[in-house]
Amino acid sequence: MAARTTSRPGDRSSARTRVGPAGPAADPLDIDGLLDDRSVGIIVCCGSGGVGKTTTSAALALRAAERGRRVVVLTIDPARRLAQSMGIAALDNTPRPVSSVDTSAGGSLDAMMLDMKRTFDEVVEAQASPEKARAILENPFYVTLSSSFAGTQEYMAMEKLGQIRADAQRDGTYDLIVVDTPPSRSALDFLDAPERLSRFLDGRFIKLMLAPAKGPARIVSAGFGLITNALTRILGAQVLRDLQTFVAAIDTVFGGFRQRAMKTYALLQADGTAFLVVASPEPAALREAAYFVERLSEDRMPLAGLVVNRSSPVPQGDLSADEAMAAAERLRAQDPTSLTAGLLRLHADQTRLVEREGALRAGFARAHPQVATTLVPALAADVHDLRGLRRIGELLATRVDET
Amino acid sequence: MSDWPRVRLHVVTGKGGTGKSTVSAALALALATRGKNVLLCEVEGRQGIARMFDVDPLPYSERRLTTGLPLDDERPGVVHALHIDAESALLEYLAMYYKLGRAGRALDKVGVVEFATTIAPGVRDVLLTGKVFEAVQRNSRNKGAIEYDAVVLDAPPTGRITQFLNVSNELAGLAKVGPVKSQADTMMTLFRSPRTAVHLVTVLEEMPVQETADGIADLHDNDLPVGGVVVNLVRPQELTPDQLASTDPAVVAADLKGVGLDPAESLVEGLVAEGREHAERRALEHDQRALVGALGVPTYELPRLARGVDLGALYELAGLLRTQGLA
Repeated sequence: MAARTTSRPGDRSSARTRVGPAGPAADPLDIDGLLDDRSVGIIVCCGSGGVGKTTTSAALALRAAERGRRVVVLTIDPARRLAQSMGIAALDNTPRPVSSVDTSAGGSLDAMMLDMKRTFDEVVEAQASPEKARAILENPFYVTLSSSFAGTQEYMAMEKLGQIRADAQRDGTYDLIVVDTPPSRSALDFLDAPERLSRFLDGRFIKLMLAPAKGPARIVSAGFGLITNALTRILGAQVLRDLQTFVAAIDTVFGGFRQRAMKTYALLQADGTAFLVVASPEPAALREAAYFVERLSEDRMPLAGLVVNRSSPVPQGDLSADEAMAAAERLRAQDPTSLTAGLLRLHADQTRLVEREGALRAGFARAHPQVATTLVPALAADVHDLRGLRRIGELLATRVDET
Repeated sequence: MSDWPRVRLHVVTGKGGTGKSTVSAALALALATRGKNVLLCEVEGRQGIARMFDVDPLPYSERRLTTGLPLDDERPGVVHALHIDAESALLEYLAMYYKLGRAGRALDKVGVVEFATTIAPGVRDVLLTGKVFEAVQRNSRNKGAIEYDAVVLDAPPTGRITQFLNVSNELAGLAKVGPVKSQADTMMTLFRSPRTAVHLVTVLEEMPVQETADGIADLHDNDLPVGGVVVNLVRPQELTPDQLASTDPAVVAADLKGVGLDPAESLVEGLVAEGREHAERRALEHDQRALVGALGVPTYELPRLARGVDLGALYELAGLLRTQGLA
């Protein structure tokens, strides 16, 4: 059975909202232990869209800062008001200090919003000669590639992470980096980036594209003619020429890309990194979470645990949903407008919701018993200031006893 | 009576977590009445349709899924489902329009297909929307193919929907002329016509509502036809705000006793607290509902179902969409 809170209703500030009834309970995730662990230098939050990843990242960063860590949080697409309250309304790829953070424990908090295209451009500029870089940046294929290449956002978030990490180590600016990952159909695309780049680079397609630029006509095989003819028919000659120019220009740069991707990959696997998977108690979100957990362990990425946001609070009293419904029906028979009947139906509804969420989490815990979990109750209103983030931080760090 | 009698292509979008797949499925069931045939498409590789309807994962071919919502004892139509993936769509497209044969396989072998579907920007979306276009445009000349009275697309989220449908724009930077470009233009003609409607799913919370408003503005700016807003996961509405504000614990205790329940203090307090919390959330939902109402498009509401969404629930939601006029 679910543990019940003993605090008085209405006493919201001290009330520890209990969420979720029985089932095989996952180990509680010790958030403060994680934030206080000086050997952890990077926390990556991943999960499907709409589960509160950005808010969770910001709340973790603020809590860590107020517990004495020097933190930078890298967000992707925060809600406008939250961004404004953190002072990062401008998307400029530069970490800015967040004001009104309690720094009495010796910590600090900077925040930045990722400009994906800018990050991509910077990588190209760093890898190629100015002339070559210009040719790449102006190529129509690059222009669209840098904004919509499958996985670009994920990969660029990791690229920026690598940069900030290197800067922080050199200048001693930060000792903890919290990263929010973009919501996408495959938020772990960045794990595939090194392999995908290698496959692309070493693939026959690149060689074919480069052939006319590089060599005399004799290496152009019959197969090549077949393919270019097909491509010309589909795309038109101009597009094919643009594509060839692009491939030729970026060929030299890709080597550098691959190396950097491998380095970032290794950084993510290292002990100083902790992944948090964020979900909501919905079948689709928990399925995605399970996929993340499996994928991370396959790639030997250090997983710290699971955060289940938006959990429904357990109603007080031990009245079951069926009992409440039966009583409501009887009251309604006497008085169709009975307020108590309405309250009982609400109670039944809430109890069923909590039972369903509990069953979903229990299913997850059975399949992934090693994953420590923390639950955050659904709040009535959206979070758009530091006070709200602090509250989320407290809830994240509250251990829920599910015994 | 449906608010959208002329629409052949219903595009359903929404912020992550608002339930756009559920709404798409319910809409397909609602449209498939009185012998009307409907195709329900998904493009994000999640196999959400298969899960909702409890069938095997869908291949790249149209599968009969179920029959639609029964109406007035008339024979309901059939819902077919299609899971569109970009690679299969490209190979089919090459075979259909270019009769490439050996060259098509060669393209696949050297990685052109992989390049086009995962790395080449925009191409992926054009392939996905291209297949949807084909299903909508079918007529009796397409021998052996099923003709549909309506197609429902479970589309990418609100943040990406304009880009997704704006295929000719996505290709503009790459292909200014050529066959691909002219095909994209033909597709745009359908997407911008009154035969298409883009419906947005939201919940009554600040961020999703804001994103819905931004999405509508974006669609308008790009001349894409905005359909309705489906407000999903609405809390139970039985009690009025006035009732909730005037809850008296003594009355609740007396009522409980009257039906044979032990009116323990913890139970009474719990019920009153739940009522208060519910009232608080309802007030916030009320504000957001006002914002949705001000968007100037028809709105439809679906309740949050405590038991979750199973097949029965989908029919229940389909019925609600039907009575409210989305289908």
